[in-house]
This record gives sequence, structure tokens and C-alpha cells, in this order.
Amino acid sequence: MVTAVRPRPSQPREYRFPRFTEEVLANGLRLVVAPVKKLPLVTILVVVDAGSTIDPPGKEGLAALTADALLEGTREFDGAQLTERFEQLGTAVESGADWDSAFIKLTVLADHLDEAASLLGEAIASPAFPEREIERLKAERLAEILQLETEPRGLADEKFTEFVYAANSRYAKSDAGTAQSVAALSRSDVQSFFRGQYRSDSMTIVMAGAITPVMARDLVAKAFGRWASGAAERRALVASPRAATRTVNIVSKPDAPQSELRVGHVGLPRKHPDFFPAMVMNAVLGGLFGSRINMNLREEHGYTYGASSYFDWRRGPGPFVVATAVQSEVTAAALREIFSEIDRIRTDRITDEELSLACDYLDGVFPIRYETTTAIASALANLVIYALSDDYYDTYRKRVREVTLDDVLRAARAHLHPGKMQTVIVGDATAIKDSVAQLDLGELRVYAAQDD
Amino acid sequence: MRIPVETYELDNGLFVTLSEDHTAPIVAVNLWYHVGSANERIGRTGFAHLFEHMLFQGSAHVGSNEHFELIQRAGGTLNGSTWLERTNYFETVPSHQLALALWLEADRMGDLLPAMTQEKLDTQRDVVKNERRWAVDNQPYGTMLEKLQELAFPSTHPFHHSLIGSMEDLSEASLDDIAQFFATYYTPDNAVLSIAGDFERGEAQRLIAEYFGSIPRGRGKPPLPPMNLPPVFGRPAREVVPDDVSLSRLFLAFRSPVFGSAEYYAASVTSAVLGLRKGSRLHRSLVRDRQIASDAASYTFDLAKGSDLLVVDVTARPEIPPAQLEEEVEREIDAVYREGVTQLEVNRAIALIETDLVSSLQSAGERADRLSMFATYFRKPELINEQAAAYRAVTVDRVNALIAERLGPDNRASLMYVPRDGVESEPMLAAAVSAG
Repeated sequence: MVTAVRPRPSQPREYRFPRFTEEVLANGLRLVVAPVKKLPLVTILVVVDAGSTIDPPGKEGLAALTADALLEGTREFDGAQLTERFEQLGTAVESGADWDSAFIKLTVLADHLDEAASLLGEAIASPAFPEREIERLKAERLAEILQLETEPRGLADEKFTEFVYAANSRYAKSDAGTAQSVAALSRSDVQSFFRGQYRSDSMTIVMAGAITPVMARDLVAKAFGRWASGAAERRALVASPRAATRTVNIVSKPDAPQSELRVGHVGLPRKHPDFFPAMVMNAVLGGLFGSRINMNLREEHGYTYGASSYFDWRRGPGPFVVATAVQSEVTAAALREIFSEIDRIRTDRITDEELSLACDYLDGVFPIRYETTTAIASALANLVIYALSDDYYDTYRKRVREVTLDDVLRAARAHLHPGKMQTVIVGDATAIKDSVAQLDLGELRVYAAQDD
Repeated sequence: MRIPVETYELDNGLFVTLSEDHTAPIVAVNLWYHVGSANERIGRTGFAHLFEHMLFQGSAHVGSNEHFELIQRAGGTLNGSTWLERTNYFETVPSHQLALALWLEADRMGDLLPAMTQEKLDTQRDVVKNERRWAVDNQPYGTMLEKLQELAFPSTHPFHHSLIGSMEDLSEASLDDIAQFFATYYTPDNAVLSIAGDFERGEAQRLIAEYFGSIPRGRGKPPLPPMNLPPVFGRPAREVVPDDVSLSRLFLAFRSPVFGSAEYYAASVTSAVLGLRKGSRLHRSLVRDRQIASDAASYTFDLAKGSDLLVVDVTARPEIPPAQLEEEVEREIDAVYREGVTQLEVNRAIALIETDLVSSLQSAGERADRLSMFATYFRKPELINEQAAAYRAVTVDRVNALIAERLGPDNRASLMYVPRDGVESEPMLAAAVSAG
């Protein structure tokens, strides 16, 4: 039937990450442009140094609320009219904030680019922040927080960071804020956050797609003309761990058919010199379908639909985490396998086959990651957010290839800490508690879903 | 804007679509088998999807899970998915690895059974049961799809039963079932193959002939039971589900013209007018103005046979009781039914859809998947180039005619999730379970 002879690859074709230009305009805004000749589409992505780590203590969620409220009206149009004008152009603007930045983005057909850009420039230069819309957005966020109590995956993520970081770390609370902090936010908080953080020096406009640097410069000069100059605030980040030793925290969901598991600790900042070894090490441990943790828990044992591990890369040290959902009866057995895989990758060198699988994948998949204007724009934004070198994407594949077996072992030993692992389980506490306790993974406590 | 589309058929019935694009050294291989949960027999719900998992467990010349490993080692991405009417398998790889992706797909189409063992079936059955727990049983509103199918399609209809399947039926699936399903449905004449991206036409055709050419044609598949349904439900159907959720959420479904029909485009525009993005009728009214909902959306399922469903999906604010949510949504729909929608609303919807259509053609994988879809349902992959025009041809009159025909009170199936703790305070709703 089908030939048994495995095909060999043909000659690879060269790929280069899209060329881009970068400049600081007269109005202080930074402009990054990547012309991509493929389809008549342009993505505009505005990134602002106004992420959640700048939230003042007690006002967690302010960065997110400010970014959300940005598109809720200008001096000229109310929120509904503004939305209508964008959508009549066939584009929906999105805005939001994550830990490291706020973003406003849209993708539009090239025919409507001029109008969309000038509308966007106007919207973010003179937001009205209507009281009514701010209160509505707060209420929607509060509904989302309530929703989380019955959503095991989101709840596990949220509880995990709470148990990993010290109470005074911004990372210990959700980037969009808690019920208490969000309820206390006001319109004047939003206005003063906007005035302080949305300034020419802290703003970068990225454009990718059917556009040239000359066109982009004209467009931005016209549409994003007037900006308060000066630099935004930076706030020192506390990212110390909550506990010095291991703990196990069960968040009770009676009769849950599965346990949502999170195991990990404080990880590494994005600019850590071991970024590449740590990434390759994680690919072998739990970053790929064929990684040790997934093959063990899913393909060997059938405990789960999927299991993975990752470093959550941020400017500050985001968490390292192993995440999976397993059927309740095997909770303890699955945890034992997770801890044993972490020990194993710290004990012996991985094999040549494992290293080549990880590196061949990360190297080979690189072009596939940048097929769309939104993916290219967001990659360029990351250069700015993390202050990476201009040749970062041109040298990425080479740096992946340079990682050795010894680098991986060293990274595993230096950056995975079995003695500091925090375990969070959202599941049926009564059914799983005793067997989990026997694993001796640290002091065990049981919480209700809505506990603070 | 048009993308190139070339089609031909092998002697064994495999329908091939090629679409070249050399902007990046990336190529996508995509196979649709014309079999889905609709083809399952009684007592084997969930089997089409379980079978999809087994297709990653090796074939005559490929080891267990080796398909995943070889593609990832080649720098590619891959997966499969199962739907009511079809099952698809796809990989996107660097273009110099095209042969590998084609060979792997051919090997499992041609010669799957030697690799099937009881042990692998048992493990994948556990994996799928955990997928069900994860995506359905332990997830707020996770039962929405299967409950809506149950409510909206008569019990004898192939779209009535659960796609992921019941735990009992999954437990019953055997190796004999695997062999039979494979022989019946996984044949070249029941599949389409699409390649999109950076490849050389002659070389691709040569590889396809070499790998797929020797696979024998199937012996035909049993016909599906009659699928046609009246255009409206006739009488209202409703179910109230007390569940472990924090916010009430209403799924209101309407029978709607099947995917690809002329009327489908008017229905698709209608759903976008109602609930695509924040400027849509329902979002603006219920989320922004009246503030009784925390989210509102509308979409079509895009079913190509029998009847499609247009669904309105609204999540309440915490303080809004389910009865009020239902009332307010019905009132909005009644107003649309009575008064129709405006030219401006239709313009907005079509403008957004058009941008989405162009955006979706950026990735080779999505191109290939859409080519396979149009090839599977209509044998016309070139329809990919006619979508924008079909949408632009939808006038406000056509939309309002569709609304008059399909959004009336005689065509509504209502599926309401309510917080379990709150059920006592809503005795009337809780008692109203039934219908369909």
C-alpha cells in the first residue's frame, strides 16, 4: 500500500523575519513599521508603558480599567458613536492592559486605513472617560470575578499566583484587580492614571501590513499629533515568594469530576541571561505535545486531556508553572508523576533526541508564528516592551540552536526548585485530601472558592 | 482579491485542491473526511471523535504518537478536530517538509489498522473521558452544545446526539468498531486534500500520486437518515438548566438556512447585526444601554445539511434574575422581528465580516481548511473567492425577509443556565423544564 520509505526533506528555503523601521517622531512618539506585501490589510498596535504593575497599592485593576475605558468616548463622540464609526469601517478596536503594558489595536482593510488611523488617534488623545461607562466597566469586571468562582481553570490560575507571591507583590493579585480594589476605583483615578502614564515617551505605534514607513509617518503625524511629552512613572516591583517552603492548597469544589492542578514557584524575568536554555529545557519538560509531562500523564497514564509547563515571561519574574486537569481519583498519582518529572530533569542530562526535538521544533516553527499582521505587530511590540535588541528575531533561531545538553541540565538545576513548589488544586477536597496529604508535598490547607 | 485554486481528482476518488502562495516558506496540508458525529450509530455517541484520537496512535509505518513527533521535529504544527458533519486533520510545516506531511496523512488513510491495539484504545478512551470532564462536565455552560443539539433537533435526527459522547457509549467502543468505521469512512473517495502555501505544483502532484494513488476506493457509506426539517420549530422549546455557574446565561436558538445556501448569507448577516462585536444591536442595547447583560453575542453554527442554527448568547449581570434576562432578550428579538433592521446596521455587519474574511486568508492553515470545507460540502473550493461578493450582495430587504421568516415566536428554542443556588428563588423557571 503506502510506501514504507520515509520521505526526506527537500532544500529549505530561506526565511527572514519581516524587515522593519524604527524612529522617534517629532512629537516624541516611537514608530515601528513592518511593510508586509501579502494582503490588503494593516494592523495598528499602540503599546503604552501603562501595564498593571504600575497600579498603585490598593488600586489594583486601575491600568486595566483605564485601557478599557479609553475607547468609551471622546469630547466629540460618546462610546456608542465611537464604536459605530470604527465598525462601519469594518474594524473593531480592542484595548486592554497586561502586566507590562497597555495596548490598543485594530486590523483594517487598507482602503479604510486613513480613516481608522485618524479615528484611533483622536480616541486615545482625548478620551472623555464618562462616569457612566466607567461604572459599567467596573460592574462587568465584578461580574467576571464572580464568574471565576465557578470556573475551575481560571480559579486555579488565580489562586496559584496568590499562593506563589508575597501578599505585597502586585503579582499576587489578578492583573485586572480584585472585587475589593475594583469596587473602589473612581473616574478621577482613571483620569490621573491616564495623565501620568499615557505620554509621548511611553508610547509606541506599531504598524504591520500593506503600508510603507513613509505612509505611516504621515499618518501618525496627522492622526496622533498632540501628546504631552515626558516620561511615565515606573514602579518598583516586589516579586518575592509567599512561602519559603512547599505548601499544598486545596480550593474546594465539592463533587468536581476533575482536579485542576497548578504546581510551581516564582520564575524568571524575560531578560534573564538563561532565557534560551530555560525555554528549551521547558520544551522538553512540558512545553510540547511530545514533552515528558504530557507523554507521561496523557499518553502513558490517560490521566488527563493534556498537561503542560511554562515560564510566564514578564518584565519581572513571572511564575514557572505546571498545569493540568486530571480526573479526581488520580489526583495524588498525577502529582507524584509531576514532581518525579521535575526531579528527573534536574538529575540527568536529557537525551540527544530530546534536545533535537525541542530545538528543531522551536527553530523550524519560527516562520509559522509570523504569518499574520497581528502576530508580526505583537512580535515588534515585544522588542519595545522588553527592550530586546533590533536583531533579536534575526538571531533567535541561532540562539535556540546553540543550547546544549549541559545548558539544559544547568538551567533545570538553577531554575526549578522542588523544595519551593507551591501546589494548588481546585477540586473535590473531601475525596482527594488524604491521598494528597500522603505525598508529603508541604503543609496542606483547604479553602472555599470565595475565600480571600 | 482572489487566491489561486486548482482542483483535480485521483482515480480512487480523492479530491485535491492546490493553492500556491510563495510569500513565506510555509505550506499547509489539510484533510477533511466527510464523517462526523452525525454518522454515529445508536449506542456509539462520541465515536467519531474518539476515532480522531486514534488516528494519532500510529499506522502501518508510523509508531504510536510518532506522527506528532515527526511533524514537531520538522518544525510544524498539527492537530485534528471533529464536528457534526466532518473530521479534519491538518499540519502546517516549513515548505521543504511537504513530503513528510503528505506521507504521514497517506499512511494513516491507507493502512491504519495494523497499529491499533486494545491498550491504545483504552488509554485514548481515558484521555477522551478526561476531555469530556474538562470541556463539558467541569466547565460552566460546558454542556451547552449537547443540550442545544438535544433541544433543537428531533430525537431521530443525526444532529440530536452529543458530539463528545456519553461516558457509557465511550466505554462500549471496541477495536471492531474502529475497524468498521475506518473501512466505511476513512477512504479516499470520502476525503478531500488541500494544500496551501509555498509548494511547486508538479512536485506536489507527483507526491500526492505516489503516496495516495495506491489507496483503494471505499465501498460507499450508509446514507444518513433524512435530515430535512421544517424552517421553524413550530412550537417553542425550552429547557432550564440549574448548574454550577455564577451568572445566568441564555442561549436562544433559531432554525436557520443551511450553510452555503443563498439565504444563509442573509442569516449570517442577521447574526452579525444582532451580536457581532460591541456595536451590534444586542451588545449596545443589553450590555451598554440597559446594563442587564455582561456580554451578548450571536453566531450561526454553519451546518450544511438539514437546518443550521442561529444562536443568540447573552450572559446576565449578577443582579438580574433569569426570568428578566429571558424577557429582555425576547423583547429585543421581538422588536427586530416587528420592525426589522436598518441599512446602517447591515453595512456595519458586512464591513466587519469582510475584514474577517480577508484576515482569515493570511495563514496557510486557514486557507487550506476553508478550501477543504468548500470542497467537502459543495465540491467547489473556489467558493473561497466568492464569499465577499456573496456577503456584499445581501441587502437590507433580504435581511428583513429572513428575519420575518425565521425570528418569529414560532421558531425559538431557549436554553437557560441558572445558578444552582438561585434555583429556589425562581420556582417557576425551574419547573418549566421540558419541550423539544
